[in-house]
Amino acid sequence: MATKLYIEAIREAMTQEMRADANVFVMGEDVGVRGGVFRATQGLYEEFGEARVIDAPLAESAIAGVAIGAAAYGMKPIAEIQFADFIMPAINQIVSEAAKMRYRSNNDWHCPLVVRAPYGGGVHGALYHSQSVEAMFYHVPGLKVVTPSTAYDAKGLLIEAIRDPDPVLFFEHKGLYRMVKDEVPDEAYTLPIGKAAIRRTGDDITVITYGLMAHYALEVAEELEKDGISTYLLDLRTVAPLDKAAILAAARATGKVLVIHEDNKTGGVGAEVSAIIAEEALFDLDAPIMRLCGPDIPAMPFSPTMERFYMLNPEKVANAMRQLAAF
Amino acid sequence: MRKGVTTMSRHTELGLSDADAIRMYRYMLLARTIDERMWLLNRSGKIPFVISCQGHEAAQVGAAFALDPTRDYVLPYYRDLGVTLTFGQTARDVMLSGFAKKEDPNSGGRQMPGHFGSRDKHIVTGSSPVSTQIPHAVGVALAANMQGTKLVAYTSFGEGSSNQGDFHEACNFAGIHKLPVIFFCENNKYAISVPYQKEVASLHVADRAAGYGFPGVVVDGNDPLAVYEAVREAVERALRGEGSTLIEAVVYRLVPHSSDDDDRVYRSREEVEAAKRKDPLITYRAYLIESEIWTGAQDQALRQELLDEINQATAYAESAPYSDPEEALRFVYAE
Repeated sequence: MATKLYIEAIREAMTQEMRADANVFVMGEDVGVRGGVFRATQGLYEEFGEARVIDAPLAESAIAGVAIGAAAYGMKPIAEIQFADFIMPAINQIVSEAAKMRYRSNNDWHCPLVVRAPYGGGVHGALYHSQSVEAMFYHVPGLKVVTPSTAYDAKGLLIEAIRDPDPVLFFEHKGLYRMVKDEVPDEAYTLPIGKAAIRRTGDDITVITYGLMAHYALEVAEELEKDGISTYLLDLRTVAPLDKAAILAAARATGKVLVIHEDNKTGGVGAEVSAIIAEEALFDLDAPIMRLCGPDIPAMPFSPTMERFYMLNPEKVANAMRQLAAF
Repeated sequence: MRKGVTTMSRHTELGLSDADAIRMYRYMLLARTIDERMWLLNRSGKIPFVISCQGHEAAQVGAAFALDPTRDYVLPYYRDLGVTLTFGQTARDVMLSGFAKKEDPNSGGRQMPGHFGSRDKHIVTGSSPVSTQIPHAVGVALAANMQGTKLVAYTSFGEGSSNQGDFHEACNFAGIHKLPVIFFCENNKYAISVPYQKEVASLHVADRAAGYGFPGVVVDGNDPLAVYEAVREAVERALRGEGSTLIEAVVYRLVPHSSDDDDRVYRSREEVEAAKRKDPLITYRAYLIESEIWTGAQDQALRQELLDEINQATAYAESAPYSDPEEALRFVYAE
């Protein structure tokens, strides 16, 4: 099996689905001739033409809204928002429309839409090219929110998202695009949305995370193993709907839980993960649930010192994991 | 009986038969009479909310008449009872929605009245935040183009909604791709209480079309035949592949914004009374009688027929069952 970059896996998923289904199309800013500012859609314009790889006007609400109309009619649009930070003008369309179309029509209409957006920091992107926005959407019933951490997951989950009859937000950590490479089958395959992945099992501490942090946690877990600290690592992969059974099993496996995300702490995915554990597995815990998250500031600054202060890194992750292990 | 060819009726000139002209009136009167019933039900405490089409019927029915319900799709806004009735919804459907009953075809009792939707009838489901349906219409047109299907996507909205970004973003997108969309603005000159001069900077909403590279047309929304003509032209243009049209139908809302509004604080009674004298139900009926295709006796009979239909619909809806409470949990996602 060939190893592929995270971004290649995403491109391959779109390409294969567009070949297989004439109703699948891509729309967004610079997705055509330019192949996307990150090159996620590179080659699609050449293969499928401008009618199916649409360079949209710079207007995010129209990108989402036109895609929603097309989806309602029977197409399967993949709308790209160039940076997750710029999804804000499209929130009304995503939350008021896409998320509620099936519900408000009593199952008469539905919206098979995928919105892809690169998110996350540590790339000198400053306030508006670094944000994690998943918590704004994981609260909204009617949406599914996927945040894959490996190339294998990215391909399988994106194909699943395209085939899903309901709207899926597909958030790609931009730091992973060219950092992560793993084995990805050449043929199309799907992975279930809403299923977490156990990255390793262990007896001392449990880490629950997703995205770039899954890599940091795995790296640190291997280090800590040498010091006799054994880590159970759960990669959520999907933050809405959360894989409740996997979260509870992970918590019970060690009784000590650390939830990690780059997004700021208050009201983040970690809050819900912690609440689920507190509600259903409190008496299986041996330590207070611990969270390691970005600070509650509006977004990460441009200055390298302040950006580093915001971002989590393997060192901060290691400190938190050691602290929990020592409890 | 009929006027001679030298004074041919306007509807005939438009290629409409006498029966078509009368059918138009029937839909207008049905919309008005249903709307009046909804207010009565609201004021007697039987339904919690009404949002009205009164004064807009000529624009709505004239426009919908120029569309083909088997080919075209409509993305209406909350006042568009005249559109959805012309596209096949019935008094019973409206009453089931008013009483929020399980059988409500729009939403199974989930949405307020005026939030239309029916896949069968080509009415795309709508919401309350205004203008969100406008980009959807562009998406429907884009999708149909991609699938090689000829159709027109018709979307309507008030002049207040024409200030939303979604209106402008949608028009721009449709203009770029020359999509078969009809943007139909029912300008009743008030966004609830805010008058036109405080909400729109251009003289006409239709002027805005110039920015998007397609025609903008102003039409008398009290005249169903004039509206029919304008929309028909836009339909033909769209089907020829020449793109979108923005049509501004100038109307007047004869009643408050909704059952929870009191328009006395922002509109003089004189203004409202003057508008009522131009009520399209009155002027169009006068036209039909003048054209000698309609009589007072026929009018009385039609009113009675529609009242009977609405009475039956009201009784049916009032006694129809509600959804089970737990139905609230269904259809968040595909089941």
